[in-house]
Amino acid sequence: MAGRVPGHDGGDLDMDAGLLAQYIMNGLMLGMMYALVAVGFTLFFGVLDVIKFSHGDVLTVGAFAALATYVGLHAAGVNSSWLDLLIMLVLSTLAMALLGMGIARYLVMPLRSAPALNTLLITLMLGTVLRESVRLFYPQGANPKPFPALLPRASVDLGGFNLRLDNVLMLAAGVLVILGIQYLLNRTKLGLAIRAVAQDEETARTMGINFTAIVLITFAIGSGLAAFAGVMNGLYYNEINFGIGLYLGVIGFSAAIIGGLGSIYGAILGGFLFAGLQTIGTVLLPFASAYKDVFAFAVVIAIMAWRPTGLIQEKISERV
Amino acid sequence: MRKTCRRMIVGIAALAFAVPTIAAEAKDKVKVGFIGPLTGGTSANGLGGRNSADLAVRLRNADPKAKYEYELVVLDDECKPNVAVQVATKMAADKDIIAGATHYCSATAIATVDTYHKFGFPVIVWGAVLPDITYRNKYEEVHRVNGTMINQNDANAELISKLGYKTVAVIHDTTDYGKGHNEYFSKSLAKIGKANIVGTFGVTAEQQDFSSELTKIKALNPEVIYFGGLTPIGVRIRAQMDKLGINAVFDGTSGIVSDSYIQGLGPLAEGTLAFREGAPTEKLPGGKFFIEKYNAQKYDNPPEAYGAFAFAAMDMILDTIEKVGPDRKKVIAALADVKDRDSIVGKITFDDHGQNTVPVITKYVVQDGKFVEWDDSDYASGKRKLPGQK
Repeated sequence: MAGRVPGHDGGDLDMDAGLLAQYIMNGLMLGMMYALVAVGFTLFFGVLDVIKFSHGDVLTVGAFAALATYVGLHAAGVNSSWLDLLIMLVLSTLAMALLGMGIARYLVMPLRSAPALNTLLITLMLGTVLRESVRLFYPQGANPKPFPALLPRASVDLGGFNLRLDNVLMLAAGVLVILGIQYLLNRTKLGLAIRAVAQDEETARTMGINFTAIVLITFAIGSGLAAFAGVMNGLYYNEINFGIGLYLGVIGFSAAIIGGLGSIYGAILGGFLFAGLQTIGTVLLPFASAYKDVFAFAVVIAIMAWRPTGLIQEKISERV
Repeated sequence: MRKTCRRMIVGIAALAFAVPTIAAEAKDKVKVGFIGPLTGGTSANGLGGRNSADLAVRLRNADPKAKYEYELVVLDDECKPNVAVQVATKMAADKDIIAGATHYCSATAIATVDTYHKFGFPVIVWGAVLPDITYRNKYEEVHRVNGTMINQNDANAELISKLGYKTVAVIHDTTDYGKGHNEYFSKSLAKIGKANIVGTFGVTAEQQDFSSELTKIKALNPEVIYFGGLTPIGVRIRAQMDKLGINAVFDGTSGIVSDSYIQGLGPLAEGTLAFREGAPTEKLPGGKFFIEKYNAQKYDNPPEAYGAFAFAAMDMILDTIEKVGPDRKKVIAALADVKDRDSIVGKITFDDHGQNTVPVITKYVVQDGKFVEWDDSDYASGKRKLPGQK
């Protein structure tokens, strides 16, 4: 790496508070997106014991659905950012919920009795189909697309820390969504049914729970979350492209695994942990930041060797 | 007997109907190849190049004086070295394909030179700028019509120094392409000796989030952020600079000279610098001709920055085949002495490494949603100012 300008105060060790806050904010935003994706993986695994690899690409489709909605609204003359955002969120979340249900109903559930590897493969291929479809059928879909900045752009510069209102709003929205999911799973009848199915399908059926309906609803929730994360990704970076889901999918999956597949808290913890590792990898390691993913994944491998079932042991699994 | 006769006539009639372009006297068919990134983040450039090569073939086939009828075989290298080696092998192993115009991405072009050499397959590179592609080896099969990244980085460092900037942070992708840019830019800037590089950051070519790198850069507070890489991550880095409130000049390379860079950023693209070998397409000797013919074909995508070079590469291949016949060895021999050959990109001369000398570098700045030549821009005249420009 190149040398530092003499007298410059940007050293690694004497990092000022503003910069530290900036890194923490970056890490939190990243972690929130990873966590939202990881929660989807963990939900699917919870109810069906499957790994749905197309999850990341559902996120991409969600982001593009929101963008298309925006273009449509703009053409129709709607010019209120809040209304735009609301309609985009609602439409893309609903559309992805439907897509998720469709995937569950027609691809995942028919393969229930086949080896789990088949589900993994078929969803992996579906992910490619979704990704390539966005590229081919969205107008100029191969190019990066600007995503509108719909949140208020006010920002305060606190030393090295550029505190942006939109980031704060997105983080708050993410926290609310996660709390909402938590409430749904632990405090409602539907949540009880989902947990019952996750724990023991047979018993849940004998208790009069409609297994198919619960699985479909779970996939709808997980995929809706992906759409939410996709919109958030677009608002945060102001740019989306057909490849965003691939990388987020891999990281979301890894986050769900280190957290402990099947555990919601684990997925959230895993998401933030992964973002933290990447940030640390860039900031503190003496070598080039190109290795931050090598570092992050290496730590993940180490954690998995140490805790093969994840940081938070799944309570509801029947696995040994 | 009569029945067979009639059947033959019907058959011939049907053929003629299906392929109305076939001339009265059937010409021998000759296959030529094109390889570029047709999918993925840089596909805009790949498709522009593909269309341009296709245009060269179409114009030749429409020419009644042409001795052969040409068929263009198009393969996609996805801008990925591993894929590139596969498709290059596929193309070179097909003895019916005489020569090819190949590669936009340096990472793919450098990965495939050995393949072309092994198969004795003559290629003319149409867009990749890494010097090593022609200069690492002395392969008689490999030629290049566009210039290398050395000259554009000299011009880049010179402009940055001339504008009085003192501090530069470098972000480059960690492919051979990005590393090459970093190397030549750093060297050139050091040679001029007016500006310092305060930090260098290698990033992966598919990275989404640059907030950590950029936060680190923000602490270093450079006046200029130099970026050695291609459009997709260029768009992301520029957008994320804004998110973090970094007010520095974004200084790119030929890798971001693409309409999709501007489309991806909207107004944020304003004031971005970029450099490319060769004059702007409309100022090339054959630029007007090329643009007219290109538009007449109504392709879905614009030719992009290197379309004219792809056209020139393919046109030279066709010229050579016309002259020496569809024979790889003879084509290689003929390409070995190309001197002051007229083309739409100007005179082409291949040196002993098959490298065309392209002395002109165009400096660009994005102004009002367009890549404008620096010297014609409001920034050069002082009407507008880049961040920190005196």
